[in-house]
Amino acid sequence: MASLGKIARRTFLIGSAAIVGGAAFGAWYVGRPAPNPLMPGRGEAALTPFVLVTDDGVTLITPRAEMGQGTQTTLAALLAEELDLDWQDVRVEHGPPATAYYNGALMGEALPGKGYDQSDFMHGLAETIGKVGKVFDMQVTGGSTAMKDGYTRLRVAGATAREALKWAAAERLGVDAAELRTEKGTVIAPDGTVIAYTDLAAEAAEAPLRAPDLRDPADWKYLGKSMPRLDMVGKATGTAAFGIDARPEGLRFAALRINPKRAGMRSFDASTAEGMAGVERVIELRDGVAVVARNTWLAQQAVDAIEVEWEDAPYPADTDKIFQRIADAFDGSANSTMRDDGDAGTLPGGATEVTAEYTLPYLAHATMEPMNATALYTGDTLTVWAGNQAPTFTRDHCATAAGLEPDQVTVITPYLGGGFGRRGELDFSVYATQVAVAMQGTPVQLTWSREEDMRHDFYRPGAMARMRGAVRDGTAVLLDAQVAAQSTTQQAMGRWLGMSPGGPDKGHVDGLFNAPYAIANHRVRGYLADLDVPVGFWRSVGASFNAFFQDCFMDEMAHAAGADPLEFRLALMRDEYPAGAGVLEAVRDMSGWAGEKPGNTGRGVAFSYSFGTPVAQVVEVVDEDGTIRIAHVWIACDVGTALDPGIIEAQMIGGCIYGLSAAVSEEITFAEGEAEQYNFPDYDALRMHNTPDFTVQILENNAHLGGVGEPGTPPAAPALANALFDLTGTRARRLPLNKSFDLLV
Amino acid sequence: MATQLTINGASHDVDLPEDVPLLWVLRDEIGLTGTKFGCGVAACGACTVHIDGQAVRSCQVALGDVWGDVTTVEGLGTPDRMHALQQAWVEHQVAQCGYCQSGQIMQAASLLAQTPNPTDRQIDDAMQGNLCRCGTYPRIRAAIHTAAAKMEG
Repeated sequence: MASLGKIARRTFLIGSAAIVGGAAFGAWYVGRPAPNPLMPGRGEAALTPFVLVTDDGVTLITPRAEMGQGTQTTLAALLAEELDLDWQDVRVEHGPPATAYYNGALMGEALPGKGYDQSDFMHGLAETIGKVGKVFDMQVTGGSTAMKDGYTRLRVAGATAREALKWAAAERLGVDAAELRTEKGTVIAPDGTVIAYTDLAAEAAEAPLRAPDLRDPADWKYLGKSMPRLDMVGKATGTAAFGIDARPEGLRFAALRINPKRAGMRSFDASTAEGMAGVERVIELRDGVAVVARNTWLAQQAVDAIEVEWEDAPYPADTDKIFQRIADAFDGSANSTMRDDGDAGTLPGGATEVTAEYTLPYLAHATMEPMNATALYTGDTLTVWAGNQAPTFTRDHCATAAGLEPDQVTVITPYLGGGFGRRGELDFSVYATQVAVAMQGTPVQLTWSREEDMRHDFYRPGAMARMRGAVRDGTAVLLDAQVAAQSTTQQAMGRWLGMSPGGPDKGHVDGLFNAPYAIANHRVRGYLADLDVPVGFWRSVGASFNAFFQDCFMDEMAHAAGADPLEFRLALMRDEYPAGAGVLEAVRDMSGWAGEKPGNTGRGVAFSYSFGTPVAQVVEVVDEDGTIRIAHVWIACDVGTALDPGIIEAQMIGGCIYGLSAAVSEEITFAEGEAEQYNFPDYDALRMHNTPDFTVQILENNAHLGGVGEPGTPPAAPALANALFDLTGTRARRLPLNKSFDLLV
Repeated sequence: MATQLTINGASHDVDLPEDVPLLWVLRDEIGLTGTKFGCGVAACGACTVHIDGQAVRSCQVALGDVWGDVTTVEGLGTPDRMHALQQAWVEHQVAQCGYCQSGQIMQAASLLAQTPNPTDRQIDDAMQGNLCRCGTYPRIRAAIHTAAAKMEG
């Protein structure tokens, strides 16, 4: 398909009418109670284009970006399941920025409530609230929401398109559409006549759209099975195009340096750089400089030769002072008290008190593909190629940067070489736009060096917890948790929307207030640290630190209670959240938890409920001549309905490795207002030789569909810390662990 | 003065300063974008290519120092004619974001050329310079074993 941007734009104007000899089908699923789910609302004349049929094939338009999580394959399976396409003919394209592609599940996450105990009524309410996402053009790939959002919407879109194609065939053949069936991209008549969808495109565009019943899951051909990923051959042969691979005609290459103290620029001297080989332009940015050159490396050499005087950081200059400010937040008033059961202020009679304080570092995303974007500005149009998680916001902010209206901007979203939340930010696209405006008429690719990428991240916030609990008769009778950290939600929403939501920040205490343990006296308070260190969404967001606080402390309480750590959790969860208890039982049975183990091994368990999915992990560590190796991880998750087990398994393992990597060695520290880590030698991750073996079990007992991209991450660090305690008797209350344990690196 | 390179069997004249790393010659001059930039300091392996069959980090090889024929992932196999390793990558559904995989596959190809039937330990030793932030290592290991078996057979 030559030009999705052009086709889609015209599609929005003319709805379902024929376009370039083809048809676009979509669905506007207003909500289950509505009598006609396809009735467009007021001001929604355009149908959502998820299915594009042209004379050379059928293309499924996905509303979400592929950053490794496999989402485009499963979104395509949702469409193809109802549309009856042969899997080998399935093609996907990422949709352009459009309100129609809003994420209806992301805002639902903001609804008060613990999630795991959600009734059908609350679940429906969350879906309705999610529609608010439309108002904000919330086209975002994040929050592990793609399947929750697309599960019904895309099957309806596929079924609607199928019925329209049958209608067109019926008109042509003069038969009743009910007599027709569809198979492998064709409509088949009772007399054996076969008509390809591609041959029906123009006529189908005239079809009256109606919403047929969705198929019974028992009849699914694709969903529920491990499908070959649509991006796999491209990624195995180097032919898959990432943002950094955009090669428009006449492309120039740029590098940049931005203030590592995250403030403005006082002055710069580019006289040396201007004379260097291959240099075409030096461009001043608000808080840095860019060089355009013949290739990226020449641009990098020149930009490094520029003398710059930076403004000072707007936050305390070093790590200790930053964490002092985080600790100070405990002295202020709580931003949230999302859970307050019983009387957490009073120690129950006869109970033993347990307390612990934990501190977790700032973290970088460190996607394998460094931040980059490519832009072409012509004076009245702007085209941006950017692997991004937020196309509508990217469009709007780039339009502002170029002095254009949003409808003059085209955003193309190639594959993302890792996202993890980082590519929901807009900075790399906006910088590329600024460079392109200065280079009017010439496309420019702006690529960050790894050092720029690592030192200009929006970090996972550093966080502290003060945990107080009490145990009696082998169980927990009190848990009073306090967490202090910067608010990621306020900062990130401020960057997207220009305004920050007030009120309690649920994401800040996610994984803590909604930990599904029935403890009679249970309070969770969140304190927002008043700091301007740039922070952002990092795979699993608040649960990335809160699960550590929660489940390390559960281990400490179990130990104080003289109980088995896994059975201690199970006893508190069985009635509160059976699906959660199910994953704990699964890892217990898989790992042979109760059995004997050699003296040089330690095992730890952790549990986390995040993004709708309960996950339990057991980590086994082995002491090998004084060096501790992570040997095996058993993972059980319950996603409700496993739409693609192979992809879910990959996400559970990958999410766990991401969490273990951070736990073992990652931290961002600050000195003189600058991040002290520059590149992978300073900020490494697990590699082939120190990655454990994995066993994964996927359960389907949860009441609702859960996410998979993030929930594998939160339990990894606490399970490892608990295993190290089991092995060594030493509690890890700070990360990274390589500072206090001799781990295999 | 132009430097002559042989890349995937084709000859290229490159008119660039001799200190420009091979990585950027491939990506920005020749347009072979399958080879990826990850770190620029030989710490991640995303830029791995072969020179005379040996795996090297192309971000560390200056244009003027290229000592032999260059093979990139595009030269190893194509979507229509995949190398046994690429087939194994598809069979095991290895890639997630996929950005590191060109380098992983080129490193693995070099390993199998020298050690046709590697043990887990030999895979560890050969592959630990190749970083993957998505955590595809278990499937990479399985795919290398599968490809080795197929190539041996």
